[in-house]
Amino acid sequence: MQAVQVKINQKMAFENTTDSGNETKAARIVFHTKDLNLWYGADHALKNLNLNIYENEVTAIIGPSGCGKSTYLKTLNRMNDLISSVRITGDVHYRGRNIFDPTYHVEELRTSVGMVFQKPNPFPKSIYENIVYGPKLHGIKNKKILDEIVERSLRGAALFDEVKDRLKENAYGLSGGQQQRLCIARALAIEPDVILMDEPTSALDPISTLKIEELMQSLKQEYSIVIVTHNMQQAARISDRTAFFLNGECIEYDVTDTIFYRPSNQKTEEYITGRFG
Amino acid sequence: MGERQYKSEIRAHLASKKKGKWFERSISPLLTVLASISVLTTIGIVFTLLKEAYHFFQETSVWDFITGIEWTPFFASDPKYGIWALVSGTFTITVIAILFAAPIGLAIAIYLSEYASDKVRRILKPILEILAGIPTIVYGYFALTFVTPLLQEVFPELSRFNALSPGLVLGVMIIPSIASLSEDAMTAVPQAIRQGAYALGATRLEAAIQVVLPAALSGIVASMVLAVSRAIGETMIVTVAGGSSPNFGFHPMESVQTMTAYIVQVSTGDAGYGSTLYYSIYAVGFMLFLFTFVMNIFSRYISRKFREEY
Amino acid sequence: MKQMNREVVTNKMNRRLKMNTLAKWIFFGITLLILCILVILLVRIFSQGMAYFDWHFLTNFASRRAENAGILGPLVGSLMLMVVVIPIALILGIGTAIYLEEYAKKNWFTHFIETNIQNLAGVPSIVFGLLGLTIFVNVFGMGPSILAGGLTLALLVLPIIVVTAQEAIRAVPNHLAHASLGLGATKWQTIQKVILPSALPGILTGSILALSRAIGETAPLIVVGALVFVNYLPSGFMDGFAAIPIQIYNWTIRPQEEFQQLAAAGIILMLILLIVLNATAVWLRNKLNRKQQ
Repeated sequence: MQAVQVKINQKMAFENTTDSGNETKAARIVFHTKDLNLWYGADHALKNLNLNIYENEVTAIIGPSGCGKSTYLKTLNRMNDLISSVRITGDVHYRGRNIFDPTYHVEELRTSVGMVFQKPNPFPKSIYENIVYGPKLHGIKNKKILDEIVERSLRGAALFDEVKDRLKENAYGLSGGQQQRLCIARALAIEPDVILMDEPTSALDPISTLKIEELMQSLKQEYSIVIVTHNMQQAARISDRTAFFLNGECIEYDVTDTIFYRPSNQKTEEYITGRFG
Repeated sequence: MGERQYKSEIRAHLASKKKGKWFERSISPLLTVLASISVLTTIGIVFTLLKEAYHFFQETSVWDFITGIEWTPFFASDPKYGIWALVSGTFTITVIAILFAAPIGLAIAIYLSEYASDKVRRILKPILEILAGIPTIVYGYFALTFVTPLLQEVFPELSRFNALSPGLVLGVMIIPSIASLSEDAMTAVPQAIRQGAYALGATRLEAAIQVVLPAALSGIVASMVLAVSRAIGETMIVTVAGGSSPNFGFHPMESVQTMTAYIVQVSTGDAGYGSTLYYSIYAVGFMLFLFTFVMNIFSRYISRKFREEY
Repeated sequence: MKQMNREVVTNKMNRRLKMNTLAKWIFFGITLLILCILVILLVRIFSQGMAYFDWHFLTNFASRRAENAGILGPLVGSLMLMVVVIPIALILGIGTAIYLEEYAKKNWFTHFIETNIQNLAGVPSIVFGLLGLTIFVNVFGMGPSILAGGLTLALLVLPIIVVTAQEAIRAVPNHLAHASLGLGATKWQTIQKVILPSALPGILTGSILALSRAIGETAPLIVVGALVFVNYLPSGFMDGFAAIPIQIYNWTIRPQEEFQQLAAAGIILMLILLIVLNATAVWLRNKLNRKQQ
C-alpha cells in the first residue's frame, strides 16, 4: 500500500517537474500536500492547498501577513496540534506517509522535520546543552559522539569558531544572530531531513541575515529547506522554488525565476511588484 | 443646553472647587498616615516580641534557651526552657508536610501548565482555591477525627496525638499554594521555548521535565520555601492533632509539640500576666517570627536572583 | 556520517510515548486525588454534623451537655468581630493601596512600605495574636474584648486587601484617568469618580477574600484571650467574646464523640457563612462588571 503511494508520489513529482519546464534533474518529493484545509475555530485559514516540496531545494513561501504561510509551514511538522481549536481536512504526505495518520506520532515526524522559529528560542541552558538536547532525547549517550555532534552542528551553522571557547556558557549570552544560528545548529544536531524556517531572519540585523542566507545555500546540499519569508528579495535570492499565498490560498507555485520574472497570475505580479502586501 | 448656561455652570463649579482645595491637599498626607499603619504594625510586632521576650530572658538564660533540648515550663521546680524541643516538633511536622506536599503540588502544577486544556484548568483552579480557603481549624478537626483514626488502622502503634497525621493534613493545606505558585512559574516560561523542544521531537513529558522545569526552577523552589514558612507558622492543625509533648528528636508516630501549639497551650491555660510562663510565649513567638521571616526573605531572594530573563 | 539511526529512534519512540502517556495519567490522577480529599473532607463534616445542625443549634448557648449545646454566643461574637474588622481593614487597606499606586513617589520609602507589606503577609497569624495581646489588650487597656480581637484580625488581613486593591487599581487603564484629568478634574476627583469605580470589582474580591480569612482565624483570637465558653450575648464591643472557630476548636478537642459532631455542625455553619460571603462577592462583581459595560 505504502509502496504504491510512493510510486504515485514519484509520478506526480515527475509530472510536476515537466510542468515547470527547464528543470533537468527529476527532483524527489518530500512533502505532498493534497486538498489541505485548515480552520482556526471558524476562521478558514488554509483553503484547498495542493503543492509539493522537493528534496535538496530551498522552497520559499511568500505572501502578505495573515495569508496562511506560517500556518502551512507549521502544519508540515504538526506544530499546529498545540492549538486546540484547529481543525484540518485533506492530506499531507511526508516521504509517502500521511502525517495525520494516528499511528504516525508527531514526535517521530518532528525528528525528521526540524524547525527554526521566527525569534531565536534557545533553551536557558549552556550552548553545549542546547545542541545535545535533541540527540540525547533520541538515545545518544556517548560523550564522544555528542562532542562530535556539537562540533559538526555548530560548524554546519557557521557558529563554531565564534563559540568554541565558551560552549559551557549560557546561550542567552549570545547575540540575536548567534542565537538564531545556535537554533539552526540545534535543529541540525538531530540530522533532520527537512528544515522548516519561519521567517528566521525577521528579528535579525542585516549582517546576521546575510550569514543565515549563505548558510541556507550550503545546507541545501544535505537538507531540504522550506522557508516562510515576508521579504521578497530574500525569497528571490535564496530559493529554488517559490509559492505565493494569499488569503489562505496558494495562488501560484513555481520555479523562483518564473514567479519573479514571468508570473502567470495577475495577483502574483501585483504582489511581486509591490502593489499590495 | 444653551452655551451660556453651560458656561455659567462651569464657572459655578470652578468656584466650588476652590473651596475644596484644602481638602484636595489634605488627602495625600492622610493617605500617608494610613499607609504607615502597616509599617507601624511591623514595628509593633518586633517591638512587642523583643520587649516581652526581654522580660523572659531576665529569668532564663538566652544560652540555655537557644541550646537546650528540654522544654518543661510547667515544672514547679527547675523548669527548663530549651527551644530545640519545640523546634524539633515544628520541623518534624513541617518535614512530613513538605515531603507530602512538594511532589503532589509539583505534579498538579505540571498537569495544569503542561497537559490540561483551558477548560479543565478553568474547573480545577477554583477547586484548588477552595482548598486553600478552608479555615485551618477545619483541617485540624479533619486531622484529629478522621485522618488519625484512619492512620491507626494502618499503623496500630500510632498514638492519638502524633506528628504524622497533622503533617499530612498540613501538607494538604499547603498543596494549593505550591501548585499555584509553581504553575505560575512554569506558565511564565515562554511558549517559544516549549516549541523549541517539541520541534526536536520531545514529548510533553520530556519538554516539561527537561526544559520547562529547569527554566522555572527558581520560582518553584521559592514556592516550596514559602510553603515551608507557612507550615512552620501554622497553628490550629498542629495544636489539635499534634499533641503537647515537647520531645527533642524526629518522632513522627508520637505526640509532639510545636512552637505554635505551645503558645496556644499557654494562652488557653491560666498563666498569670507577668509570669515567666506568660513571657515565654513571646520568646517562642520571636523564634517563630525569625524562622518565618528568614524563610520569606529567602524565598523572595531566590525568585528574584535566579529569575531567568527569557 | 550519520550518527542518528532512524531505526533506533523509532524503537525508542514507543517507550518514550508510553512514558509520556503514563506520566500524563499519573499527574491527572494526583490532581484528582486532591479533589477526592476535598470531597472526603466535606462528606465527613456533613455526615458528622448534620444531626446537630438545626434551629436549636443556632439559637442556643453553649452547654456542658452536647444535646443542649448551641452556637449562638460564638455566632454573634463572630458577626460583631466582622463589624470591627470590615471598616478598619477596608479603610486602611484601600487607603494604603491608593497611596502606593496614585500618590507615592517611586522612592525608597515606597519600596520600604511595599516590602514591609509583603513581609507582613508572611507573618504567622499567631504572632499577630501576640501583638494584639500586648498592644490592644494590655497597653491600650481594651482587655480581651471584641474590639481588641477585631483590631488584631484587621491588621492580620490588611496585607491581603492592600495587595489585591493595588492590583485592581493598577489594572484600570491609564487613558481613563488621563481623560478625567484632561477634563480638568482634580486628582482626588479622578480617583473617586473614575479609578475607584472601575477598580471596585477587584477590590471587592480581595476584601471578601480577606474577610473569609478573618472569619476562619482561630489562633490569634485564642492568644488575645477569646473565651471558650460563653452563655450570654455580648452587650458591646468591650465585652469578652467567643467566635465560631474557637467554639469549633473547643468542641473538637473534647474526647467525646458528640462534641466532635457538634464541632462538625459548627464547621457547617462557618462554611455556609463563607459560601454566602463568596457568592455575594461573585454576584456583586458580575453586577458591577455589567454596569460598567
